[in-house]
Amino acid sequence: MSELGSAPVPEPDDGDHRRGGWPGSDSPIVIAYADFECPYCAAQEQRLRELAIEVVFRHFPVRSSHPRAWPAAGAAEAAGCEGRFWEMHDLLFGDQARLEDPHLWARAQTLGLDLERFDADRRSDEVRDRITRDFRSGVRAGVVTTPTLFAWVDGRPEPVDLTELERRLGGG
Amino acid sequence: MIPAGSSAPEFTLKRGDGSDFTSADLEGQTTVLVFYPFAFSPVCTDQLNLYEEVLEDFRAKGATLYGVSCDATYSQTAFAEKLGVTIEQLSDFEPKGAVCRAFDAYHEGGFAQRALAVIGPDKVVRWSYQAPSPGDLPGANLIFDALES
Repeated sequence: MSELGSAPVPEPDDGDHRRGGWPGSDSPIVIAYADFECPYCAAQEQRLRELAIEVVFRHFPVRSSHPRAWPAAGAAEAAGCEGRFWEMHDLLFGDQARLEDPHLWARAQTLGLDLERFDADRRSDEVRDRITRDFRSGVRAGVVTTPTLFAWVDGRPEPVDLTELERRLGGG
Repeated sequence: MIPAGSSAPEFTLKRGDGSDFTSADLEGQTTVLVFYPFAFSPVCTDQLNLYEEVLEDFRAKGATLYGVSCDATYSQTAFAEKLGVTIEQLSDFEPKGAVCRAFDAYHEGGFAQRALAVIGPDKVVRWSYQAPSPGDLPGANLIFDALES
């Protein structure tokens, strides 16, 4: 069991789920700790998509707050195993009232995933470890609830408020 | 909030079953007292949910967490059951806030401050923290920093 003492938000890397921005551009990078059952995260997601930024998504599921957050995270990671993380991410946030297993399978079917593989992957140690890694990085960085945003500025993470970010970027 | 290095005061809190949890129960274990303002309030809800999520990590560090508020035991029990958290709740209902006051963790508004105390097996406070305001939620990382130092 890794330690949970304070540590900075990890720098985004190729192991992260990243979307937006353009190669060679100076698009701001925003790291979002979120969970798929959190309605505030869904609302934030809509707003983030309006901004010219690169979003890094990290899981922060808290079971007693959102009992289906972990299974939903597993579904997103399993879709990611077949290269469809962001599509599943969008489908999950698109209908948070339907996060039971049959709904997750239905989404996998919609995306044309290998259902047998999807179900195995979402329950796998690798997927569990991936979600746990994100969660624990958030705990170490002082994340206490979702959604929580950090801007990656000059090689360092800075907590950021979405409204302030929108104002700075001229969006929202 | 009572400073680190202080001996924990003598106190009596009520467990959910009505029995006493006293300062004698601190002996021989590392205790984390999580003082929180109100059962069912939003920040308190987030706080217990978060700490519950990493409870196994606390246990691995040999620490036992207890939630402490001025709510009655019935309220605390309902709160914990609603959240599905297993962190034991201890009530400072009567005399109201007496233990919170003893730890200097009582808000004059009539509720516990949002505060934390790590107490060693020798009943000495190893670390304490009070949030800048009751609306601020201390991250679990702060408790682990104290446990790992």
